[in-house]
Amino acid sequence: MPKRKVSLTVNGARHELEIEPRLLLVHLLREELMLTGTHIGCDTSQCGACTVIIDGQALKSCTIFGVQADGADVLTIEGLKQGEELAPLQQTFWDEHGLQCGYCTPGMIMSALGLLRDNPNPSEAEIREGLRGNLCRCTGYHNIVKAVQAAASMARR
Amino acid sequence: MTSARQLPKLIGEPIKRREDPRLITGLATYVDDIKLPRMLHMSIVRSTHAHARLRRVDVSRARSAPGVALVLTGAEAKAWGEALPTASEVPEMKAATRYPLSADGVVRFVGEGIAAIVADDRYVARDAAELVDVEYEDLPVVVDARKAMAPGAPILHTDFGTNVCAIMPVGDKDATDAAFREADVTIKQWMVNHRLIPNAMEARGVVANYDPGQETLTVWSSTQVPHLLRTLLSTLVRMPEHKVRVIAPEVGGGFGSKIDVYAEDVLVPLASIHLQRPVKWIEDRTENFLATIHGRDIHAEIELAARRDGRLLGQRIRVVADIGAYQQLLTATIPSLTMLMFPGLYKVPTLYGEVTEVYTNKTPTDAYRGAGRPEATYFIERAMDILARKLGMDPAEVRRVNFIEKDSFPFQTTTGLVYDSGDYEPALDLALEKAGYADLRRRQQEMRSRGRYLGIGLSTYVEICGIGPSAIVPAGGWEGGTVRVERTGKVTVLTGTSPHGQGGETAFAQIVAEEIGVPIEDVTVIHGDTAQVPFGIGTFGSRAIAIGGTAIMMSVGKVKEKAKRFAGHMLEAGPADVVYDQGRLYVQGHADKALTIQEVAWAAWDGRHLPADTEPGLEATSYFEPSNCTFPFGAHVAVVEVDPDTGKVDLQRYISVDDCGKVINPMIVEGQIHGGLAQGIGQALMEEAVYDEDGQLLTGSLMDYNLPKADQLPSFELSRTETPTPVNPLGAKGVGEAGTIGSTPAIVNAVVDALAPFGVEHVDMMLRPEKIWRIMQGGRR
Repeated sequence: MPKRKVSLTVNGARHELEIEPRLLLVHLLREELMLTGTHIGCDTSQCGACTVIIDGQALKSCTIFGVQADGADVLTIEGLKQGEELAPLQQTFWDEHGLQCGYCTPGMIMSALGLLRDNPNPSEAEIREGLRGNLCRCTGYHNIVKAVQAAASMARR
Repeated sequence: MTSARQLPKLIGEPIKRREDPRLITGLATYVDDIKLPRMLHMSIVRSTHAHARLRRVDVSRARSAPGVALVLTGAEAKAWGEALPTASEVPEMKAATRYPLSADGVVRFVGEGIAAIVADDRYVARDAAELVDVEYEDLPVVVDARKAMAPGAPILHTDFGTNVCAIMPVGDKDATDAAFREADVTIKQWMVNHRLIPNAMEARGVVANYDPGQETLTVWSSTQVPHLLRTLLSTLVRMPEHKVRVIAPEVGGGFGSKIDVYAEDVLVPLASIHLQRPVKWIEDRTENFLATIHGRDIHAEIELAARRDGRLLGQRIRVVADIGAYQQLLTATIPSLTMLMFPGLYKVPTLYGEVTEVYTNKTPTDAYRGAGRPEATYFIERAMDILARKLGMDPAEVRRVNFIEKDSFPFQTTTGLVYDSGDYEPALDLALEKAGYADLRRRQQEMRSRGRYLGIGLSTYVEICGIGPSAIVPAGGWEGGTVRVERTGKVTVLTGTSPHGQGGETAFAQIVAEEIGVPIEDVTVIHGDTAQVPFGIGTFGSRAIAIGGTAIMMSVGKVKEKAKRFAGHMLEAGPADVVYDQGRLYVQGHADKALTIQEVAWAAWDGRHLPADTEPGLEATSYFEPSNCTFPFGAHVAVVEVDPDTGKVDLQRYISVDDCGKVINPMIVEGQIHGGLAQGIGQALMEEAVYDEDGQLLTGSLMDYNLPKADQLPSFELSRTETPTPVNPLGAKGVGEAGTIGSTPAIVNAVVDALAPFGVEHVDMMLRPEKIWRIMQGGRR
């Protein structure tokens, strides 16, 4: 299959690649850039494990071809820490026991990041609604909700 | 006398998890994150028919496709490896119903593997799979266990001659018949505990690397049981066990579905051995729906006999388990757990039951969170509500009068189990208090008068954890644990359990750091690698702390005893005179001249000044064989409102009181309950595996199978009581499955309670709005 050139910024670093047009963005991140923190949990865009921030928006990277991300600015879970400091959501997911097996966690954190950018002061119902595109099989969401609430109140302080 | 605490208390504290930093930063390594040089990728061609003879499997086009290294059909699989193992102990059945690595002439469920393609990358492997031409000759399909038992039903395994693969009677039939004759009231209900799909968020995956120089095979598998997998793999791929290494890297959930040994666990190593290159296979979600085990699908006719005052006189249960097309590892044992736990928390003089297991053209069932106990609890707790209604008693009271009293433990059930410890009434009282039960009942009456339907559902449960003594576990019921104080005083712990989300690295470190007396930062817990951990069984059946934790505690004890010998020698005293106090060792009365465990460890490994008859080193390995399982219990209350216009069930509150004995980390325990509740509530209200008559899985993706989402669940209201077990020195019982076990009957009881004005006595799960709406339309009063 003929390859196409793409260039994109991922976690602040610029990458130029030649890829098959059918290569999904999630595979580009995982297989070409070795950023394996972004996970794949389904094949129908339901689970949200692959969620990343693309040009400021939380999106499922399994629904996007790599070529569609040409010129985009992508943030993945690996780019969230600021130096040695955990990002607020990373910290609160840890503090509130918002994860167990950890498989959904990177996507969950990236979705929550998008949610808080759109709505810095969400109610419990708004958090639950905002995360309905991300499936977790371990936590029953109870502590995920608490983690997002804690990150929101951290930002308010 | 010991001194005041120098180090922070750890056991019983909500210590933040040590696993989390790698998981929240994207640095954890799951199977799909492993990349080896020259690695190839496998894809599987799967049957699209539920029951068919394979007239022709033409792989020639796939074989010659660019980038394809190998195509493995049923013939190669049969020649190179062995069929999948089962713990079933019926020899004639074992021989006649074996689960081949790749279909051997006949396919028996949609999703069964027919051929494996190995290619340069996963896209090429998928493309090549499309080139395999399979010609099917359809055979009659049966997807209903009761139909599969009937004369003239299509037979799945013709060499075996019947679809009924086991009938097990339990209990005393004559005494039970007599109890039913003498009873004031009897109830009888057929109930379905429907089929579920476990759906760990990480699907399965395998990487295998055969090293021709070393003649060793290394297999990374998303498994709950690495040591068991190694033992079985050595037979299945025909390599000696000591040449096989199995690694369970980060594992993204299992819920029982990763206890099994699957065809891909064998096919990937076989391909790697054959090609002498690393091979990877990653299951996609569609495959996970079809080719990873399903849970439940246990149906039963339940009967209770009771006196007018509510006291139970006898139980009958006739279980029909729809196990799907093949026996996987523990398939046959799950329905018998339903039977064993059917007495529940009640004193019942007599029981008679039968378990029948039946093959159908569906994905095999096996252990899914709770594995037989959610079914038992659902059956008995639904039945208790039906009995309460018939007697005009409050559901709480009919339970209370039948509870096994707290001074009756150890208590032998009619099914032969011995409950270790329990105190059921305080858990029930606490749940009712937290729920505000009396107020809820008043509110219910008031709302009904306004045409609104509030339901209050109660369930009490006892379950079986810490599985278990080797006599009842096919693989062995013990667990292994090693503790090594390194030369510099840092501590390495090796556990045979294989945590995959439960937080074992934290909980075990809490135990060891506190007991040895070192900062928790100085303890590291290693698991999931057969080359590092001497031996183990794995993580399932809520056994990790109760059995794995105890093995570690035993090793801690041995290490401390040996440290005292060294300290005594260094301090010129007998070991009996040495006090071990939070990592400091001193002669009784001379705390000012204490040695630290770090100093003792250095001396122990230094080896130049050994006490008499003492080997160098400070390490111990222990294997704990428990004398019994443990039996946690609890009481749950669900509050729902049913919308008569839509049939939708709104779960407003969920109150749980759980007693899992002593707790190492309450934060982790709560997390386990939360997740368990979500899966039980999911079964009751959202999840159901649905097959059509042709054996097609209609709910074969996350678009069709409703996994609970954040906005479909409430926040949970949790409390605990604490009744330690005498079975292990930690007093811990286990908690991984309790939430799932207690919650389905609480929800269904609540919905049936809400629908009481409509004359509803029982509704089978799953409680989809349409089902409820129809009931309300038909029976509105």
